[in-house]
Amino acid sequence: MNFESLLALIVSSTLVYSAPLILTSLGGVYSENSGIVNIGLEGIMTVGAFTSIIFNLTFAHAFGSATPWIGALVGAIFGSIFSLLHAFATINLRADHIISGTVLNLLAPPLGVFLIKAIYEKGQTPNITANFGYTNIPGLANIPVIGKIFFTNTSAPAWWAIIITIFLWWVLYKTRLGLRLRSTGENPQAADTLGINVYKMRYIGVLTSGFMAGLGGAVFAQSISGNFSISTIVGQGFMALAAVIFGKWNPIGAMLSSLFFGFAQSLSIIGNQLPGIAKIPTVYMQIAPYVITIVVLVLFLGKSVAPAADGVNYIKSK
Amino acid sequence: MIKVSAKAKHYLVPIISVFAGFLVGAIIMLIWSYNPITAYASMFTSALGNMNGLGETIREATPLIFTAIGFAIASKAGFFNIGLPGQAQAGWLTSVWVVLANPNLPKYILLPLAIIAGAFAGAIVAGIAGFLRAYFGTNEVITTIMLNYIVLYLCQYLMQQIMPASLRNDTDTTRNIPANGSLHLDWLSQLFGNSRINAGIFLGIIALLIYWFLMKKTTVGFEIKAVGLNPFASRYAGMSAKKNIILSMLLSGAFAGIGGVVQGLGTYQNYFTQTSSIAIGWDGLSVALLGNSTAWGILIASLLFSTLKIGGLGMQTVAGVPYEIVSIVIAAIIFFIAIKYVFDLLFKVKKTTTEQHPLKKGEEIGPDNGVDGPNLKLQKKG
Amino acid sequence: MEQKTIIEMNHIVKDFNGFKANNDINLKLAKGEILALLGENGAGKSTLMSILSGLLEPTSGEIKVNGKPVKIANPTVAKELGIGMVHQHFMLAHSFTVLENIILGHETTKGPMLDIKKAREKVLALSQRYHLTINPDEKVANITVAQQQRVEILKVLYRGANILIFDEPTAVLTPQEITEFMHILKGLAHEGKSIILITHKLDEIKQVADEVTIIRAGKDVGTYQVREISDQRMAELMVGHAVQMKLTKKAEHLGSNVLQVKDLQVKESRGNLAVKGLSFSIRAGEILGIAGIDGNGQDELVEAITGLRHVDQGSVIIKGQDMTNKPTRRITEQGVASIPADRQKYGLILQMSVADNLVLQSYYHQPFSHHGIINFAAIKKHAQAAIKKFDIRTPNSNLVAGELSGGNQQKVIIARELERNSDLIIAFQPTRGLDVGAIEYIHKQLLKERAAGKAILLVSYELSEIMQLSDRILVLHNGQKSGVVKPHETNETELGLLMTGVKKEGTKLDQSLS
Repeated sequence: MNFESLLALIVSSTLVYSAPLILTSLGGVYSENSGIVNIGLEGIMTVGAFTSIIFNLTFAHAFGSATPWIGALVGAIFGSIFSLLHAFATINLRADHIISGTVLNLLAPPLGVFLIKAIYEKGQTPNITANFGYTNIPGLANIPVIGKIFFTNTSAPAWWAIIITIFLWWVLYKTRLGLRLRSTGENPQAADTLGINVYKMRYIGVLTSGFMAGLGGAVFAQSISGNFSISTIVGQGFMALAAVIFGKWNPIGAMLSSLFFGFAQSLSIIGNQLPGIAKIPTVYMQIAPYVITIVVLVLFLGKSVAPAADGVNYIKSK
Repeated sequence: MIKVSAKAKHYLVPIISVFAGFLVGAIIMLIWSYNPITAYASMFTSALGNMNGLGETIREATPLIFTAIGFAIASKAGFFNIGLPGQAQAGWLTSVWVVLANPNLPKYILLPLAIIAGAFAGAIVAGIAGFLRAYFGTNEVITTIMLNYIVLYLCQYLMQQIMPASLRNDTDTTRNIPANGSLHLDWLSQLFGNSRINAGIFLGIIALLIYWFLMKKTTVGFEIKAVGLNPFASRYAGMSAKKNIILSMLLSGAFAGIGGVVQGLGTYQNYFTQTSSIAIGWDGLSVALLGNSTAWGILIASLLFSTLKIGGLGMQTVAGVPYEIVSIVIAAIIFFIAIKYVFDLLFKVKKTTTEQHPLKKGEEIGPDNGVDGPNLKLQKKG
Repeated sequence: MEQKTIIEMNHIVKDFNGFKANNDINLKLAKGEILALLGENGAGKSTLMSILSGLLEPTSGEIKVNGKPVKIANPTVAKELGIGMVHQHFMLAHSFTVLENIILGHETTKGPMLDIKKAREKVLALSQRYHLTINPDEKVANITVAQQQRVEILKVLYRGANILIFDEPTAVLTPQEITEFMHILKGLAHEGKSIILITHKLDEIKQVADEVTIIRAGKDVGTYQVREISDQRMAELMVGHAVQMKLTKKAEHLGSNVLQVKDLQVKESRGNLAVKGLSFSIRAGEILGIAGIDGNGQDELVEAITGLRHVDQGSVIIKGQDMTNKPTRRITEQGVASIPADRQKYGLILQMSVADNLVLQSYYHQPFSHHGIINFAAIKKHAQAAIKKFDIRTPNSNLVAGELSGGNQQKVIIARELERNSDLIIAFQPTRGLDVGAIEYIHKQLLKERAAGKAILLVSYELSEIMQLSDRILVLHNGQKSGVVKPHETNETELGLLMTGVKKEGTKLDQSLS
C-alpha cells in the first residue's frame, strides 16, 4: 500500500466513524447550551438507529439509493419525538437531568428490540441493502492528491455533518435565536426577566439534540452496523457526550473532537492493516476517547467552561 | 389535590410509580395486540409460583442489592455514581481471576480473599472518580461514564491478552471456578428447586444491615449525609469534604464490586466477555432510585425488579410477549420516580408547623454545581 | 409643583400561603420624580416591586399606568409599559459580553442575524447620554461590580424604560461609586425618567429622593415629602417604635491576647491577593469590629482564620498556638466559634433537623457519640436544652432547620457556636436580613459573651452595628488596614473616608500588638 492510499484509507474510515459522533455531539452542544444536560444521547441514537433501519428495510425498494437519506431524516424525527420525554421531564416536571437522561438510555434499547421482535419475530433485523456506502464528491474528487485522499470513496454523511456543524455554529453565535438559547443556559433568571421564554428555548435545545442524535444514530446504523440489534449502539452516545466536553461545548470544538475520536475508533478497527499500528493492542485505541476526556477535564477545564446554568432546573415563580 | 401526611407521601411516590410503570407496559402490549393480563400473570407465576423461580428471583436480586447500596452511598454524599457497571465488572473479573489463580487455597481463605479483591477492584475504579472530584473538582458523572467504557475494554483486553490461557476455556470465557472459591451452596440450591441461588443473598442481607447501621447510627454516615446535603456548611463545621468524597466513592465502588463478585462466584461461576456495560449496574441504579436509598427500600425494589426479570423469561415463553417489555416497565418506573414533582402537584403534604421560610425566587439549597446529582431544592410552597 | 402621575398602585395585597408579604400598600409616582421606598429587610419592598415589574402577580389591588388600569402579567408587559427594574443581584450572563447582555431579549437584527454593529452604536449613544461609561465588548465576568450595575441600568434604558426601579442599588458600591451613582440618578430624573429607589439608607433618601413611601411588615405607613421629614422620624416609622440606638455596654475588662493575626496574606479564588499583609490582635473581653465595604477582603480574612482558605503568608495565632493553615476542625477545637455570613449556605444544613444542626461540630465527641456510634438520646437532650436556653421557636427538635424563620435559624447557629464555650467568637454579618427583635437579641448575646471575657471578632457591613458593639474598629480597605479607631472617638463620616482607603495616621490604637 503506498502512502497516498494509506492516507486515503485512514481519512475515509475516520470520516465514516466520525459522522455519527459529529452529528450527535452537535445535539449535545445545543441541549447543554440551553441548560439541559443530556446524557440520554446514547438512547436517542438507539431510537434513530432502529427507526431508520425499519424504514430502510420497508421502503428500500421504493426509494432506491435515496433510502438511507430519507431513513436518516426518519431517525432524526423519531429522535426528536423521543427527546420530548427528556424535555418534558426536566423542563416542566423538574426532573433531575441525569436520572431523566438515564431513563432514555434504559428505555431505548428494550423498546427497539421489543418492536423489532414484534415486527420481525426475532431479536435482530435483517441487513439493509441500501446503505450510505462510499461516495466520490463531484468536482472535488478530481483535485490532484487532495481529491484522492479526502473526496474519493469517502463518507457523504461526514461531509454533510461538517457543513451542518458550520451552520449550527453560525446559528448559536451569530443569530438572535442562538444568543437567546445560550442565555437560558447561562442565566435563565436573567433571560426570564428580559422576556425570553426560558421553557421554549430549552425545548428548542433538547429537541435539537433529539433531532441530531437521532440523525447520528441513523447514520451509524445505515453506514456502519447495517442492521439493528440490542448491541448496535454501545457507547457511541457517551463518546459523543465526551466530544461535547472535549470540544468545550462549542459546535466546532465538538466536531473536531468527534473527528479525533472517530480517528481513534477507526484505528482500533483498521489498525491491523497499518504498518506500525498493528503491533499496538487495540485496547489503547478503544479507550483513548474516554481516557482523553477525563484527562482533559482534569487538566484543562474548570467548571466555568460549561454553561453556568447547565443542569439547573428553572422554576418560574408566580 | 389530595392531602396526605409527609410519611404517606413518602410511600405513595414509589408505589404509584410502580403501578404507572406496569400500566405503561400494559399499554404497549395492548398496542401490539398482546394480552397484558396474561402476560403479567405468567410473569408472576413463573417468578414466584415455584421454588426454582423463587430461587432464581432471589439470586437475581442479590447483585442488585449490592450495586444499589453502592449507588445509595454515593448519592447520600451528593454524588451520582453512574459508574456502577464498570465497578461491578471490575469486581467480577477480579474475583474470578483470584479464585482461578489460587485453586488450592482452602475455602475459608480463598473465598474471603476473592470477595475482598473484588470489592477492592470496584473501590479503585470508583475511587478514581472520587479522587479526581476531591482534588480537581472533576464532575463525577462524566468520569464514571467514561470509566465504564475504559473498564469494559480493559476487562476484555486483560482477559484475552493477559490472563494465562490455562485459566480460560477460550478467548471469551474463563474456566469454571473450583468449589472452594464458590458461593454455591448445595442445600440452598436444592431447597429452591436446583436454582442458582447462592450464599450471596446472605452477604446481601448482611450488606443491607451494614449500610443501614452505617448511615443511621455512625458518625461516618452522619458526615457523609451532611456533606451530601450541604458541602459548604459541612466544611464550615470542620468536616473534610475531600475525605468524605473519597471515602463515600470507595465504599460505593466496593459494594458495586461485590455485586460483580456474587455474579461471578455465585451465579455464573466464571467470567465471560461483555460487549456492553453490564446490566446489574444500571439495574442497581434503578433499584436505589425506586427504593429511595433506604435499606428496606433497596431490599423490596431489588426483589421487585428481579421478579420482573425472572418472570419476564416465563412470560416470553407462556404469553409470547417479548422479554424486553420488562426493561421498558423498569425504565418507565424510574421515569415516574424522576418526575416526582407531579406527585407534589397531586398530593399536598399537611403542614405540621406554623413557621415557614419561603426562599427567594430561584433560590435553592445544596450543591448547585451543574450536573451534580440530585438537585436538592426546597421549593416555595404553593 | 403639580406633575403628571405615571404610576399608581392601590391597595396591593400579596399573599404567600397565608403570609401577607404586602398588605394594602399604596404608591404613587410622578414623571421626573425620585421616590424612595423605605422599609426594613423583609418589610415587603421587593415583593411590591416584583409585582410592578411583572415577576409576581398581586393577590388583589389595582395598578394604573398613565391613569389606565393595567394587569402586569409578565416582565414583557412591564417592559411595554416602560417599567424597568435594576435588580439588587445583577441578572447578567457572565460569559456574555456587556453588549450581548444589554441587547438580550431586545436584539437588533438583520434577518435572523444579530446586527452587532448597529446595536453597539445604540448602546454607546445611550452610555454617553447618561454618562454610563462601559466597554461593550468586554466579558461581564471581567468587569467591576459598579460597571456591572451600569450594564444593568443600560439594559433598562435600552428597552426604552421611563420608570426605573432600583433595588438596594448602593449595597455593593464604594462611597465614591455611591456618589457617582447619585449623580447618575439625578441625571436620569432630570432627563424625565421616573425612579423608584428601594433602600433602607436614610442619608441616600435625603440626598436624592423627592418623596418617600414607608412600609413596615407588609403594611403601608404613609408617603412623605423628604424635605419635610427628619431622619429620626423616618427611622421610627420604618421600625415601628422609637428607635433605641444605645445598647448598654459594660466597661471593658481586657485579658490576654486571644487572637493574633500577623502580616496575613490571603488570595481570593481567582488567585489575586485579597488580604494584603494584615496584622491585628484581639484580647479577651474585647470586641474588635472590622468595618469596610463588601468585597474588601472580609470573606478571605474570616476564611483564613477559620482554616477554610489557604494562608499564603503571615500567621494566625490563637491562644498562643500557631493555627496557620491548620484544618478547620483543629482550629475549632482550639476554641473558636464562628457565625457565618450566609447562614443558609454555611451555617446550617437546612434538610437536617434542628437537633442535628446543633451538634454539627460536636457529633464526634462524647456524649453525642462513642467509638463512632451516635447517641441520639444525648443529641435530643442537648437540643431541648439549647432550644429552651436560646429561645429557639420550633415545635420540636426534629423539625428540619429549613422550616424555621430566618431569626430562629440564626438562633440555632448562635446556640451551637456559643454553647461550646469558645474563647474566640467570630461573628460575620450576624444580623444580616433579620428583623429588629432578632437583631437586638443577637447583639445582647454578643455583649454577654464579651462580659464573660470572650474575644470577639465582629465583621459587618452595617456601620451602625460596628459602632454600637465594638471596642475598637479596624477599617479594612482593599485587603489592608486603613485605620484603627475607637467608636466614641470617630463618626460615620470618618469611617466612610477610611473605608475608601484614605489612611489615618498613627495606628497607635492597635496597642495590643506592640
